[in-house]
Amino acid sequence: MSEKTSINETIAWQDITPGGNIYSSGNSINFHTGDWRTNRPILALEKCSHCLLCVPVCPDSSIPIKDGKRQDFDYDHCKGCGICAKACPLNCISMIPEGSKEVE
Amino acid sequence: MSIRERLSGNEAIATAMKQINPDVVAAFPITPSTEIPQYFSKYIADGLVDTEFVPVESEHSAMSACVGSESAGARTMTATSSCGLALMHEILYIAASNRLPITLAVVNRALSGPININADHSDSMGSRDAGWIQIYSESNQEAYDNFIQAVRIAEHKDVRLPIMVCQDGFITSHAVENIELIEDDKVKEFVGEYNPKNYLLNNKQPMSIGPYDTPAYYMEHKRLQAEGMKNAKDVLLKVAKEFENMTGRKYDLFETYKLEDADTAIVVINSTAGTAKDAIDRLRKEGKKAGLLKIRLFRPFPAEEIAEALKHLKAIAVMDRCDSFSNQGGPLGADIKSALYGTENAPKLINYVYGIGGRDVRVENIIEVYDSLYEIIETGKTGETYRYLSVREREVE
Repeated sequence: MSEKTSINETIAWQDITPGGNIYSSGNSINFHTGDWRTNRPILALEKCSHCLLCVPVCPDSSIPIKDGKRQDFDYDHCKGCGICAKACPLNCISMIPEGSKEVE
Repeated sequence: MSIRERLSGNEAIATAMKQINPDVVAAFPITPSTEIPQYFSKYIADGLVDTEFVPVESEHSAMSACVGSESAGARTMTATSSCGLALMHEILYIAASNRLPITLAVVNRALSGPININADHSDSMGSRDAGWIQIYSESNQEAYDNFIQAVRIAEHKDVRLPIMVCQDGFITSHAVENIELIEDDKVKEFVGEYNPKNYLLNNKQPMSIGPYDTPAYYMEHKRLQAEGMKNAKDVLLKVAKEFENMTGRKYDLFETYKLEDADTAIVVINSTAGTAKDAIDRLRKEGKKAGLLKIRLFRPFPAEEIAEALKHLKAIAVMDRCDSFSNQGGPLGADIKSALYGTENAPKLINYVYGIGGRDVRVENIIEVYDSLYEIIETGKTGETYRYLSVREREVE
């Protein structure tokens, strides 16, 4: 039986692991949960003071930081819960429905 | 030299467990399988085994503990009956889909209600679609032999599925009969060390077991699980061959008795096969060509082989020790019918519900079944195919 851990939706049953077992650690980054999202957080970077209050409230570690400054969202893993938008004291984050014109 | 003993079916299973010396046994007592963990606890207290015994508060917990320990990489066993197996039901599916080769001794008993503690196959038949391999045993000897072979079948790398070894409550579980035991060292050598490739307590390879599965993957996992079941038949035959080389006792997918030249036969599971063999001997003396097919492997169901063994008969009675309330008969009846579908000039078939809730099954009752089969052959009329055997009935006006 297979021991593949990096799988996608084209995998055949012969190549999948029994019971969905995962035979290594630290690989949830390979599992893209962003496609569950119905609302996308959009950051107005020019208004952002980089207070970083949004970072610890993100349940999915989808707000990367570099040199003390927050970066744009990790849309591969952000599920669009909107907690960051509530937490932002400067209202820099707006939640826009996926598929709408503004998102495109 | 093998050891000649006198043991009940429960003692036979407990003895097999002692000889195998599994890593973990997690069990909760229920009649008529209580004696298995009871005897086994004594072996632990007496220092005869190294097993970790997990006393739990229910069968749901017993099977959950088994899933945990087998996932951890421990050879794990348990025993149950009736409502206990029903309470395990949810976890049975998890054991199967996680490909955990747990060995479960089922001592068949009726399900409530009305509440009843006697022999009946409602319990394990209710679990037949859970993805467990099921093997049935006519006698204490078969229960013992099957249990030892079961470990090898379940743990085989091409199978990796949990397995139930079933026998009839009280009739074989409590009746003391002669038995030939295998020496401890030979049993240990036969089952071997359990070395699963992947297991939770392997600190060199961290792993996750039982993650949430989305619709995009669930079917592929189930299809892979089905492949394990497909492989189980050949593995069972190979293990049976090795077992025969060790003990001289021959096992197959099923057993036939005077079936080759027969015109009528019954298909039966567990202890009633012994009664039926006696009935056949009597009928043969009268010149009647009666035969028998006794199911050993029920899941996976060896349909092609069974159809091949039955196709020459004129009439068959399939005996179900439980009702499925489909108005068509029992689960074995349905499987035999589906096995025979497509067979040219297939035998006429009736399906009896018999012996449920421990109703006594005597040689005379089985002869009645053959009488019905000969009546069908003579008249050419099958009549009602869904029948109850030995049920008190008022004449319908």
